Amino acid sequence: MTGSESCIISLRGITKYYNGEAVLRGINLDIHDKEFITLLGPSGCGKTTTLRIIGGFVTPDEGDVYFNGKRVNDVPPYKRPVNTVFQKYALFPHLNVYDNIAFGPRLRKMPESEISRRVKEMLELVNLRGFERRSVNLLSGGQQQRVAIARALINDPKVLLLDEPLGALDLKLRKDMQVELKRIQQQMSITFIYVTHDQEEALSMSDTVVVMDMGEIQQIGTPEEIYNEPVNAFVADFIGESNILDGIMVDDLDVVMFGRHFKCLDKGFAKNEPVDVVVRPEDIDIVSVEEGMLSGVVTNVTFKGLHYEIIIDIEGFKWMVQTTDYWPVAAVVGIKIDPDAIHVMKKSKYSGAFGDYSSFSDEHEKLSEPDAKPEQPPAEEEIVD
Amino acid sequence: MNKSSIGARLAAAPYLVWSVLFVVAPLLMVVYYAFTDDSGNFTFLNFAQLGSYSDVFVRSIWFSLIATVVCLVLAYPVAYLIAMRHERTQRVLVMLIMLPMWMNFLLRTYSWMAILEDTGVINSILSKLGLSPVHMINTPGAVILGMVYNYLPYMILPIYSVLAKLERSMIEAAQDLGANRWQVFTRIILPHSMPGIASGLTMVFVPSVSTFYISQKLGGGKFDLIGDTIERQFQTSYNYHLGAAISFVLMVLILVCMAALNKFAADDEGGLLI
Ligand SMILES: Nc1ncnc2c1ncn2[C@@H]1O[C@H](COP(=O)(O)OP(=O)(O)OP(=O)(O)O)[C@@H](O)[C@H]1O
Ligand SMILES: [Mg+2]
Repeated sequence: MTGSESCIISLRGITKYYNGEAVLRGINLDIHDKEFITLLGPSGCGKTTTLRIIGGFVTPDEGDVYFNGKRVNDVPPYKRPVNTVFQKYALFPHLNVYDNIAFGPRLRKMPESEISRRVKEMLELVNLRGFERRSVNLLSGGQQQRVAIARALINDPKVLLLDEPLGALDLKLRKDMQVELKRIQQQMSITFIYVTHDQEEALSMSDTVVVMDMGEIQQIGTPEEIYNEPVNAFVADFIGESNILDGIMVDDLDVVMFGRHFKCLDKGFAKNEPVDVVVRPEDIDIVSVEEGMLSGVVTNVTFKGLHYEIIIDIEGFKWMVQTTDYWPVAAVVGIKIDPDAIHVMKKSKYSGAFGDYSSFSDEHEKLSEPDAKPEQPPAEEEIVD
Repeated sequence: MNKSSIGARLAAAPYLVWSVLFVVAPLLMVVYYAFTDDSGNFTFLNFAQLGSYSDVFVRSIWFSLIATVVCLVLAYPVAYLIAMRHERTQRVLVMLIMLPMWMNFLLRTYSWMAILEDTGVINSILSKLGLSPVHMINTPGAVILGMVYNYLPYMILPIYSVLAKLERSMIEAAQDLGANRWQVFTRIILPHSMPGIASGLTMVFVPSVSTFYISQKLGGGKFDLIGDTIERQFQTSYNYHLGAAISFVLMVLILVCMAALNKFAADDEGGLLI
């Protein structure tokens, strides 16, 4: 996939300042033909700005944007072969559904008979057959969303930019639209550049996920790579649940945590290099103390439907474990971690920022003790009595 | 009925009284005078005399139409430029636009006399520059200028207010779909501003067509307009019945114009006027 012939958009060293502050820093990104690529990151990390730079609505302060190898920094939006589905849809209120969708083709002087055929086709694609004459102001959020997609797709863009297109929809509709968007992308076989801050959405829809934070790309990879091999504590924490521990890589395939040696599959670190270690909650087995590599006390149990979420306090570090077996609070248990469940990462600026689940279990302990009134001083209670 | 609706009616009562007193009553008076003679008998005779005023009607409508169009041409770019500024700048600029409206109408008209007169401000400047004087006062142009000057803010403000509401994302969406600047203007901005334009057209045309005094002062009494004629019937000829009949026809004319404009705006937007 590194061949430049399949790479239709490239960002090279993109930096953007707003009010003297860098909101994007040295963004390098290659986007390939027919790829579903997702920009994922917390609010304010620069996803929309990146998308707007590709669309031509924002000019980068440093760096270059290439379409098919041609520099397009100064090409205005209306001359770029991409179309956008805006966060708030931005449908034209003075036009009905048909005229909204026909907007692009009319600018290109497509004959009206063909426009009519194409609009029909698009409405079918987005499941809005028969909506031609409706006013866009009276459509539901999900329907407006579909009109916005149809209005963009009718122009046969090579690339469709979508900025949190499902952000305003409720959960059920969101799930349905995720499936539908994926179907549309495959049916039209075009590139989707998708922006979201919902990691589940990103993992389930994308070919490639770009994890961003504070204006920088943290990691680019397939959903599996991002999930199984996060490059730093930020990515590990942002994508799914994770226990992030301090460790020392004493040798290849041998990491020390809590003063004990664990076998792992990672190598290539310096001898005795301090590292961050990620262990996913679903990769941990709860066993008896004798069988366990580490042992501790269950402090919290939450039923999640498919599994239990169990917090275990091991020498002060609160681990999260997801298992189908039930263990009661206060049980003393051991945990077992297979070598392939351990993922070792280099230390980064995020080290120490994320760790165990102590805040999580604190909250839950308070909730699970209905008769505890820690906020009330005992003296007052006596007066009341 | 329940308490709240009685309360609501009580609260509305002053407005009801107000509108009966100041809107309905004068209208009924006009209708009454228009259709009666001196002894109070029903008659159409007042309207039969209107034929001799047809040139006044035509001139009034013609002058007002020109003034309205000139206002539109001047106001649109101004409104657009204001709406594109930062919000704080917008507020200041709108204040500046409204400033002359706080000055007395007669005063404003008198100042234009001083500016346009044969020995007025403009001509003194011209003669100082060694140029030959231009005769401006007492021409149709001066009358129309007076109308434009007095009613221009009524065109700028409604257009500005619809343009200020246009979301930036609409323009970006149009550009994204392939519209260049001109196409963005004709296909998004202009249709979006139609309700404002329609409202501005009425708000300029209606007072222009019924205006008096401007023509007497800036036209030197050579270009009688409907407003002046009506005024004369009431002030000097004391022919209330003829004055009312002219007023009545003028009212019908204005209503027809407004209905036409409303329809024209509704076709585009489905929006309301004023
Ligand atoms: N036009 C602008 N002027 C000033 N600052 C801006 C502008 N646009 C964006 N920013 C700032 O740039 C940063 C990145 O913004 P951006 O909209 O790209 O974030 P985002 O990742 O899309 O966030 P969200 O998920 O909340 O939409 C933010 O701190 C934002 O305040
Ligand atoms: Mg955003």
